[in-house]
Amino acid sequence: MVDPGWYMGLASALFFIGAVGLLLRRNALIMFMCIELMLNAVNLTLISAGRALNDINGQVAVFFILVVAAAEVVVGLAIIVSIFRLRSSASVDELSEMRG
Amino acid sequence: MVETLLFVVVGLVALLGALTVVVAPNPVHSALGLLATLLAVAVLYVLQLAHLVAAVQVIVYAGAVMTLFLFVIMLIGVDKDDIRKESLPFQRWVVGAVSAVIVVFAAVLTLSGDFDWVPAAASVPSPDINGTVEAVAEPLFTDWVLAFEATALLLTVAAAGAIALAHYRRRVT
Repeated sequence: MVDPGWYMGLASALFFIGAVGLLLRRNALIMFMCIELMLNAVNLTLISAGRALNDINGQVAVFFILVVAAAEVVVGLAIIVSIFRLRSSASVDELSEMRG
Repeated sequence: MVETLLFVVVGLVALLGALTVVVAPNPVHSALGLLATLLAVAVLYVLQLAHLVAAVQVIVYAGAVMTLFLFVIMLIGVDKDDIRKESLPFQRWVVGAVSAVIVVFAAVLTLSGDFDWVPAAASVPSPDINGTVEAVAEPLFTDWVLAFEATALLLTVAAAGAIALAHYRRRVT
């Protein structure tokens, strides 16, 4: 049996890669994919913590995160498509109308 | 032994897929890297006996969400030139320095050996929990039934919002 700490180390590495991608990339679609990556890392952490603590509720929590992620993808991609209709670009650098 | 071997191989696949998401100039390659990572994470779920969650991961994420991503990529086209643009060069270096500090701190903490990932786990005897449909559904429909209904409402609102956004037309041009 692999120690849960290794799973959590892998999950934190995935989370870190996702965070770096979210900060570095300017394409809205890639940023969305990085958010999905970070959500998956959190799910992996919950599963391994649930296994280490011998508690099924870790897996139940993963379900709720999956639902929230699915809803977020639906609305976010709809927003990206409607922005693309207006601007013909998916780069977040060009969306500066709300700058104060 | 089998679990260790699978963990190393599948973990490497997950990390490579994640790196592909970040560094690939073509969004389609990023989507394929994300798909590899999602499938690898599903295998890691199976290794930890979370069978139902692994199946849902493959069906919902690798099936529905990735299809939606690829559909939008095909819809809005593939622009390849965003990764070279430096509109905030100074902030980029600050972020790089801060994250380097965090990584070094985490590495030192882990390699020092006395860091406990799951603090309460040492005292718990571990007959492995088995994430079958029955085992997951029992708390889901008793303890967490209110949250479950709330997620149903959330999905309805999200679907309605997506339809509203798709129907939106600019009144004033």
